[in-house]
Amino acid sequence: MLTLLLILLPIAAGILTLLSGERLAKQVALVGGLASLGLAVAVWLQFDPAAGTQFGFKYAWLANAGISFAAGIDGISLVLVLLTTFLTPLIILSAFNHTYKNAASFYSLILFMEAALIGVFTATDAFLFYLFFEAALIPVYFLAAVWGGENRLKVTFKFFIYTIFGSLFMLVALVYLYYQTPGTHSSEITAFYQLQLAPAVQGFIFWAFFIAFAIKMPLFPFHTWQPDTYTESPTPATMLLSGIMLKMGVYGLIRFLLPIVPAGMESWGLFAMILSVIGIIYGSIIAIQQSDMKRLIAYSSFAHVGLMAAGVFSSSVNGLQGALIQMLAHGINVIGLFFIVDIIYSRTKTRYLDQLGGITQSTPHLSMYFMVLLLGSVALPLTNGFVGEFLLLSSVFQYDGILGAVAGLTIILGSVYMLRLFQKSMFGPKSKWVEGFQDLTASERAVLLPLVIMVFWIGIYPNTFLKLTEPAVSQLLQLVNN
Amino acid sequence: MYPIILLSFFGVVTLFLGFSKSKNILLPATLFFLLIALAGNFAEWNKGPILYFYDMLRVDNVTLAFNGIILLSTFMIVAISGGFQDNADSEPAEYYALMLFSLVGAFMMVGFQHLIMLFIGVEILSVAMYVLTGSNKRNLRSNEAALKYFLMGAFATGFMLFGMTLLYGATGSFKLEHIQGFASNMPAGSQSYILYAGLLLLLIGMLFKVSAAPFHFWTPDVYEGAPTIFTTFMSTVVKTAGFAALYRLLSGSFTGIYGFWWIVVAAIAVLTLLVGNIGATSQNSFKRMLAYSGISHAGYLLIALTALSKPSQNAIIFYSLAYSLSTICAFGVLMLVSKEKTIEGQPNEYYDAFNGLAKQNPLLAFVLTVSMLSLAGIPLTAGFWGKFFIFTSAAERGIIWITVIAVLMSTVGIYYYFRVIISSYLKEGDLMKIRVAPFYQAILVLATFLTILFGLAPGIFENLI
Repeated sequence: MLTLLLILLPIAAGILTLLSGERLAKQVALVGGLASLGLAVAVWLQFDPAAGTQFGFKYAWLANAGISFAAGIDGISLVLVLLTTFLTPLIILSAFNHTYKNAASFYSLILFMEAALIGVFTATDAFLFYLFFEAALIPVYFLAAVWGGENRLKVTFKFFIYTIFGSLFMLVALVYLYYQTPGTHSSEITAFYQLQLAPAVQGFIFWAFFIAFAIKMPLFPFHTWQPDTYTESPTPATMLLSGIMLKMGVYGLIRFLLPIVPAGMESWGLFAMILSVIGIIYGSIIAIQQSDMKRLIAYSSFAHVGLMAAGVFSSSVNGLQGALIQMLAHGINVIGLFFIVDIIYSRTKTRYLDQLGGITQSTPHLSMYFMVLLLGSVALPLTNGFVGEFLLLSSVFQYDGILGAVAGLTIILGSVYMLRLFQKSMFGPKSKWVEGFQDLTASERAVLLPLVIMVFWIGIYPNTFLKLTEPAVSQLLQLVNN
Repeated sequence: MYPIILLSFFGVVTLFLGFSKSKNILLPATLFFLLIALAGNFAEWNKGPILYFYDMLRVDNVTLAFNGIILLSTFMIVAISGGFQDNADSEPAEYYALMLFSLVGAFMMVGFQHLIMLFIGVEILSVAMYVLTGSNKRNLRSNEAALKYFLMGAFATGFMLFGMTLLYGATGSFKLEHIQGFASNMPAGSQSYILYAGLLLLLIGMLFKVSAAPFHFWTPDVYEGAPTIFTTFMSTVVKTAGFAALYRLLSGSFTGIYGFWWIVVAAIAVLTLLVGNIGATSQNSFKRMLAYSGISHAGYLLIALTALSKPSQNAIIFYSLAYSLSTICAFGVLMLVSKEKTIEGQPNEYYDAFNGLAKQNPLLAFVLTVSMLSLAGIPLTAGFWGKFFIFTSAAERGIIWITVIAVLMSTVGIYYYFRVIISSYLKEGDLMKIRVAPFYQAILVLATFLTILFGLAPGIFENLI
């Protein structure tokens, strides 16, 4: 039941926001976001990692067809729900810096998006998963297309068609799997786990899922929609896309691809792994050359997600655990970084590194927060990025030494583009664009402080989250190895 | 059965009402007649299969469900027709009467058990449609459309009749069950070429009516030329009746020779999907795009016919309903907008007429958006489940490749459906607040509500039929 509440609460908050009028909208939305967070924390406190899927509900949806409206929370779902509910209020709060026209619609779309994301992460019925997977696209499409930058129409259109294209293949795969289930058919994900499919069929299913999730994350070579969309979207939408939505793809890999088509993984896993590693290197190299800060972070995000995917494709405990903890870490870091870019942009009206410089001189707070998030992102020990990258790289090494060595370059390349970002924008002579730069306001600090706390929390004591996911992950891997 | 008698009678009454001075009574009267027919229709619900007219017409829940969709669509279309007051040349009494009469034909197509009944039904429906297409008497395009529709339709009817005679020659009967008996009991390995030829010719005639490729050439011109209200009627009622008839025909008579015809229907389905979707992308006129989109939806429905599996029946019913609701919304908004924005006195039916719609008319923009999302098959709308059921029907039969093609074409569909959403929300325009009659608005809201309701709870009909 709690799961249902988790999904419905943001929807209710979104409707309230819509009704509350332009002036109150953002406060109502913030309260709604915080209420969801409170509920998620309550779920976390009651959660028993060893007990499998909990707090579930199941209503007949198409009763005769065995399709139900069913969701529940296991360890993997829980960390992602926590991530979603933790980041959403921060995203809402970070938008307070700007005045958006039609604020009520703007904030309610963010909350609807949150509901859809929680739905994706908790659904235990494959078709419900698909429904939320697609539904999540609509709010963010409108967020980007209505409130985005100049080029938004073309860019968001490409984004929409691209992602729908991928997920429709998944739909075909799901319908196929559904008809393979015995008896009157069932679309429960666990029923799909029991299927014994012929290896050739598994190959096709593998690709159908892979394309859907690879576009969503995105992995090389399906990433061409991403940098433009991230750049053109308003910052809150960019945060939703990079902080949470790309995790839908990784989550899908873990929940569907690994356990349902283990033989497909065996024949195509290496190929997928190579694509992921190419993405890491390719994304990093392009990131080094960017002068637009938002684009730079977009490409860094592309590189990071490649590493997560590589970890998942290694189908080992370390890989999956690493991917999960890295999803948390990446979500936190990337949102912080996008917010800092947004702060700099809102004061200087430029995002170009050539035009910036010398911001540190007047902004001790901003510099400090920026530095911590950046160190988290380059995986310095004791920050959140380190735990994830360490686990991920070790899993890739175990899978294949050469690939591991290549993927390991991410540490060096990551430091290069991140430190370059910091150095060019914050240090050096003060450029004319940053004259009169004000340090952080209280509400900006209220966004960054929780993020920074989490950077250290996950960095110093990752076990809080690792122990949540461990039983679920090892259970999943048992399915893979059978 | 009741609706056939009721509507024949009401049609005549409507004609007589036309003599009265006040034309205002026509619209409410027609709506009232339709409501009575709707009630009469569902009075026979769950009474089991009943056969009428010497077993030539079968009334069962499937028939009633299709009839219900047809009546509901017609009710909505009549409700937004506004009484045809704005054109001095119009003859509202005749239009309404023709719509009611044509429904009688549609019901015969839905419930037929005898090929003659099918033929009569198709003709009643078609002749009324030819007249309605050309009802804008002083408009050249309307005239051209009527002529085109009539000539092509007459050809198709010829094919159909020829097919029926061949079927009669092969099997010695017009009755579906006799044909079924003949087709299923053919000795193994034997071929009946007359039967095959008859079926193919009959299919050609029927596929013409539902505008499947390669018999679709009339569709864009006729849809564009006809007055929009009758285009709506054509694309919802005629299509629903056509597919109901095709389903009855194939499931009632030809399951025995499935191996022969399925690949033919599959090829036509694929071709229809390609023509409809790719044709729609290059249109600049919203109305013409909807014509091509109608072709593409015929393609999806043909997939359910190709599979002819257990979920097919449900899929066709649900899809027809979802498609009709969204199409009525789309044309309903188009009529309002195109009247507001005119080019040299003619309604502007291009995409750019919708620019900036959301600013002053948020409700209309919302209605339009939901209908486009539903046509594109985005989840949380009825259209998604329609497509879903179609795909499951193909998967049940094990024809996955056709689903993959349909999925690719759905992606193309998003491209052209979203153009109008982008126009109305994201482009600047000078559309003022459009005055919408409350009743008109209520119908649009109702259709949108149903689209979302069926999108959330597609199981509503599950146990009904």
